[in-house]
Amino acid sequence: MNDSVYDGLSEEHADDARWAYGTGFHDELSGVDRDIPSGVDGADLGLYCQMLGDDALVLAQRLAEWCSRAPELEEDVALANIGLDLLGQARLLLTRAGEVDGTGRSEDDFAYLRPADQFRNLLLVELDCGPGPGGDFAVTMARLLVFSSFRLSLLYRLQSTVDPVIAAVAAKGVKELAYHRDHAAQWVLRLGDGTAESHRRMQAAVDRIWPYLDELYAPHPVVARLIEVDAAVDPADVRAEVEDTLHRVLRAATLSIPSPHRESGELSGRDGRHTPELAEVLGTMQELARSLPGAVW
Amino acid sequence: MSEQEARFLATVQAEQRIEPRDWMPDGYRATLIRQIAQHAHSEIIGMQPEGEWIAKAPSLRRKAILLAKVQDEAGHGLYLYAATETLGVDRAELTEKLISGRQKYSSIFNYPTLSYADVGVIGWLVDGAAICNQVPLCRTSYGPYARAMVRVCKEESFHQRQGYELLMTMMRGTQAQRDMVQDAVNRWWWPSLMMFGPPDSASSNTEQSMVWRIKRHTNDELRQKYVDMSVPQAKALGVTFPDPELRWNDERGQHDFGQPDWDDFWRVVKGGGPCNEQRIAHRKAAHEDGAWVREAAQAYAEKRNRQAGAA
Amino acid sequence: MNDPLWEVFVRGKRGLNHVHVGSLHAPDADMAVRNARDLYTRRNEGVSIWVVPASAITASSPDEKDPFFAPSGDKVYRHPTFYDIPDTVPHL
Repeated sequence: MNDSVYDGLSEEHADDARWAYGTGFHDELSGVDRDIPSGVDGADLGLYCQMLGDDALVLAQRLAEWCSRAPELEEDVALANIGLDLLGQARLLLTRAGEVDGTGRSEDDFAYLRPADQFRNLLLVELDCGPGPGGDFAVTMARLLVFSSFRLSLLYRLQSTVDPVIAAVAAKGVKELAYHRDHAAQWVLRLGDGTAESHRRMQAAVDRIWPYLDELYAPHPVVARLIEVDAAVDPADVRAEVEDTLHRVLRAATLSIPSPHRESGELSGRDGRHTPELAEVLGTMQELARSLPGAVW
Repeated sequence: MSEQEARFLATVQAEQRIEPRDWMPDGYRATLIRQIAQHAHSEIIGMQPEGEWIAKAPSLRRKAILLAKVQDEAGHGLYLYAATETLGVDRAELTEKLISGRQKYSSIFNYPTLSYADVGVIGWLVDGAAICNQVPLCRTSYGPYARAMVRVCKEESFHQRQGYELLMTMMRGTQAQRDMVQDAVNRWWWPSLMMFGPPDSASSNTEQSMVWRIKRHTNDELRQKYVDMSVPQAKALGVTFPDPELRWNDERGQHDFGQPDWDDFWRVVKGGGPCNEQRIAHRKAAHEDGAWVREAAQAYAEKRNRQAGAA
Repeated sequence: MNDPLWEVFVRGKRGLNHVHVGSLHAPDADMAVRNARDLYTRRNEGVSIWVVPASAITASSPDEKDPFFAPSGDKVYRHPTFYDIPDTVPHL
């Protein structure tokens, strides 16, 4: 037997170039200028990074709840891939937030030490969409379709923002989000136009998610100031494009398009006014990190 | 011995691979189906003990690592199910056998994960034991199994290193963290020794499997190798193994070590472990809750096929 | 009832043939190619994937030596060398 258990692998597969594994990695952000662009307010930019980062972080946390519970093993792999992409985006954006807002907070300070009312994510991503009594695979795919369509349009435009870090994250994220949107659309199509039961579930899922659409496009004073200096994208600008995509997918899936009405008008994720479901997600996520002060991981 | 069987034996003993459409003895096929399916089931059930900690991972870096690792296990399960299917069984049938208890998975996954140190110890000791078992399988006589194992082993090396690195980091942390690591090592050491299977004297399948070149080392040989590898790693980490008999034997050039509690081993194999029921119930629920989704995808595909046929 | 089985072939980079990497289940070709990308390439960009229904393959003799292909990592933590382990720790 070989002394190192891995030596045995090299006999037949010495040509490591065949193994894309681990070799294709490059850091999209290496060499990117990390100064705050002139004319941009660091505190505003930090909040904007939190908004974009928290959206990705909270949805990644929700998607990971499916791990080992997906309807098919192949889907377990796919959902984990999507979760990992979003988690990667969240880490870059939260790191950037602490860099520009003057506090020096790390990605983990943001993720683990803020209470729910300091999270800036959209309500859409915090909802319990299953697995379990909170939802099912149809609701999970309805949300993913909406979120990825919206974020893809946003990131596409953010590639030309004046902040080089957000621009680099956006360039990386566009490829990822295109895949997420495609994946969700494929499933919405199959569930909508599958069996009678799947059609019923998919329609109910769309009806449940649609009231959270309005919030995606809502104006925010921080974002408005950043738009003035070309550091942010006005979410209202992407509305027509996003809705065109959503409506085309729904029609192809034989689903009816719910009439838009806004739910819970007093809540606003971007201002830290969340549903109780966010506190539940964070309770689980932050429990261990907070329980051992001084620990290193 | 038939001419076919003689040719089969000559092939495996010449270190050539058997491929799916080759003739093979019924016993060889049945042994492989049992072993590869059990291996696949182990990967899938093995997602659960660590998967519980993804939501609670104490840093975003650890969360990404753990999610990627558990995802790999789903991938490994899929490679192995695909290898099993080349022997003429299908995955749906194997899944049914798993959730009805007619096929087994590695008993190691019937123990609970009580702290985040367990994530590290599973990577170091459990994945380490799995690698010891699996590396020789990269040269096993059945081609699809051997090729699946090459992929699995490449990825497992990341699993073991992430575990050891987590433990090293925790050992540099607070006393509470060091205590967590030692506690986890104490709980997982004996079960990880059991992963090599019963002693050679009590292992019914080993001899035939070695003739067929499915297995290349006996359970006791691999266990000894694993102990010898793990002892210096424990020392470097600053933890001890809970075995008073563990010591270097100069004469043998190997470590002496105590025997695991084999009664406990058989009890867990037969379903009496702390988490057997929970693990199967979890897998069964995922499979059954997803049935409507799989049916919808099939119905959709059939509709498209009919439309294509009519056009 | 079970989804059909698909054989998966991947072209790792330009200039190479598509090679057989394994199989998977999917209800239709679209899902098969997506699943293949997730499972067999971990979504490495720039590779080309073919999926073929296993039932559509006519075989001659089985003594081909199937080459193997590994998943990619755009995730550096999948790579063992990402983990800083002292050289003094053996066998890892």
